[in-house]
Amino acid sequence: MSILYAIIVLGGIGLLGAVVLYMVSKRFYVKEDSRIALIEELLPGANCGGCGRSGCHDFACACVSASSLDSLVCPGAGDEAMNKIASIVGLASVQSRPMVAVLKCGGSCEVRPSTARYDGAGSCAVMQQLGAGTAGCPCGCLGEGDCVDVCNWNAIHIDPLSGLPVVDEDLCSGCGVCTRACPRHVLELRPKGPKGRRVWVACSNTERGAVARKECTAACIGCMKCEKVCPFGAVTVKDNLSYIDADKCRLCRKCIVACPTGAILDAGFPISAKDAAALADKKQQESKKDD
Amino acid sequence: MFTFRKGGVHPPENKITASGKIIAVELPREVTMAMSQHIGAPAMCIVKKGDHVERGDMVGKAGGFVSANVFTPISGTVVKVDKTKNAYGMPVDSVTIAASDEDHASDMEERFGQSRTRGEIDTLSAEEIINIIGDAGIVGLGGAAFPTRVKLTPPPGKHADILVINGAECEPFLTNDHALMLARPDELLEGVRLLMRGADVEKAVIGIESNKRDAIDLLRTRLDSDESIKVEALKVKYPQGGEKQLIKALTGREVPAGGLPVDAGAIVQNVATAYAVYEAVYLGKPLIDRVVTVTGPSVTAPGNYLVPIGMRMSDLVDLAGGVPADTGKVILGGPMMGRTAVSLDCPATKGTSAILMLPESQSSRRTVQPCIRCAGCVAACPIGLEPYRLGLLSAQSRWDMVEASGVMNCLECGCCSFSCPSSRPLLDYIRLGKSTVGGMIRARSAKK
Repeated sequence: MSILYAIIVLGGIGLLGAVVLYMVSKRFYVKEDSRIALIEELLPGANCGGCGRSGCHDFACACVSASSLDSLVCPGAGDEAMNKIASIVGLASVQSRPMVAVLKCGGSCEVRPSTARYDGAGSCAVMQQLGAGTAGCPCGCLGEGDCVDVCNWNAIHIDPLSGLPVVDEDLCSGCGVCTRACPRHVLELRPKGPKGRRVWVACSNTERGAVARKECTAACIGCMKCEKVCPFGAVTVKDNLSYIDADKCRLCRKCIVACPTGAILDAGFPISAKDAAALADKKQQESKKDD
Repeated sequence: MFTFRKGGVHPPENKITASGKIIAVELPREVTMAMSQHIGAPAMCIVKKGDHVERGDMVGKAGGFVSANVFTPISGTVVKVDKTKNAYGMPVDSVTIAASDEDHASDMEERFGQSRTRGEIDTLSAEEIINIIGDAGIVGLGGAAFPTRVKLTPPPGKHADILVINGAECEPFLTNDHALMLARPDELLEGVRLLMRGADVEKAVIGIESNKRDAIDLLRTRLDSDESIKVEALKVKYPQGGEKQLIKALTGREVPAGGLPVDAGAIVQNVATAYAVYEAVYLGKPLIDRVVTVTGPSVTAPGNYLVPIGMRMSDLVDLAGGVPADTGKVILGGPMMGRTAVSLDCPATKGTSAILMLPESQSSRRTVQPCIRCAGCVAACPIGLEPYRLGLLSAQSRWDMVEASGVMNCLECGCCSFSCPSSRPLLDYIRLGKSTVGGMIRARSAKK
């Protein structure tokens, strides 16, 4: 008999709960555009914030209510997914320019003599507060890996040999979270470039050349050679620091050959600029010999 | 004996340089005056290369209300106006002055004597005293280097009724204030009286930790029948010299969270600041030198040196016998709150209270272990914060929660890191949180 009571009481409570839940779910039903869920499925779901929204759901909501997709680009999803999103919301898709994070610092352990040791909390932001860091350069990479910690794509790791972060081009979505996390702002988003070819200045030091050189042999010393040699006016030197405008750069790499400290780097080329220049020199000499 | 109630720790005192002896350092041939030696806006350089300046001339003019003038301690020619590296390796605007033989010889004569008569000093108004203090570039000499003029000028509608003079010197190793109290008691008390008039208060209390019994007795005898100033012994406990802790200990009043000492009716000044005020008013001497403790367990000639501000720190350390071979860290200030220098090839500033050279064995951090939730840091925090939580939230960049947890009340005393059995770098992250949240608050108020 007692088991019957138990069944009746528990069943009753269950029934009452079910009725209440049903009523609540009807009464407080939030009507959401069904397309939002569809769009969210296409998004990476990393909530990286690279689009400028607080997360993927927020981005999807913005897409549905937007009148144009001009300012709505998910850097992580890729063009294919953005095309699909465009067809879902019935708007023209915008082709994004693939970006990648590059390190504006070439201060590896070899070229940047260590002036101090650091045994505090393993964070660049903490280190930045204390001063220049373990090397003399007050502008360069601190190497504690705040960028590694914030990257949602596992695209950055610290190279144990150089002590500098390395960005994996294939994994980097160009969301730019690392550029904001870096207390020294040595990471920059730049266009991946045609066939992944790009040229950039791997230095952030704004001190005078002699000072910068003493701190790091790979520092940009603001000698202006790159600015003079550039046929396209893509290079400007400001505050003793060279900067290459990716929009104007035509990837001729004359600046790389001209740079006395090797502060300008390239990526994606089958042969490095220095090697290419040496090869050209050799050919020239050989042809002279032949004459 | 007076003390604050909440938290605090007892680090080994290590006051190896405790004495009334202040070693005067010979004026250097070259000084570098940083334009930013204080909290607030940097001073603006008012000299250019080639200019000739005399000892005590202004080279940097206060760049705002919260700022301070900068003066040169030597006569000479300006040889460089450029950025130089400070002790932490960061470039700062500075002026370098080099003395010729003639300049050097002329500086040998004392040029600051009685500049005002007793009668003139007695008739100075509060405003005039504050102006003299401001013009002399005086900042809080306890270490934080906050401009004294600003501290003496409370926000409108607020008024202090007591002046608290900080002679606690609770940091281990430091003895510069102790030496000053023993060597210049009368001048120091004159400075206190001037500060009382400047702040328009009737009474003052000097708090000194009881490990400096000789200083307490000396000041008490010199006070004689002066009833308005009291000298009180404080329990030896860190951070007894914290502004809010000192007010609590000596007056029993609590400074409200987010408030200033003046909200509790008090103004706090360091003993060395009081002495600088005496020099400015009586001798017309701006802030061009200060007492610096150069110390460390293996330093050959540790002591309290009267150092011209702008002198190269490595030269000062050489006077004390150089950096010992076993040194692991060179800390500017005390071991609890000081910051590690990356180079000594830089000038001493107004805020340099000590150069502490700790051996490797005492200075290196232990391996960080997981938090065991012992709440040792909570018990040690003199403010009553939860350091383990603040540290964790800061490490995760959850700034809104860091702010809600009261990070702005932290005085960065380091009791939490000191007491942590897992050697967690709590203060490192809390400082990061405090500066980030502080920036957010300033940005918010700028928006309004």
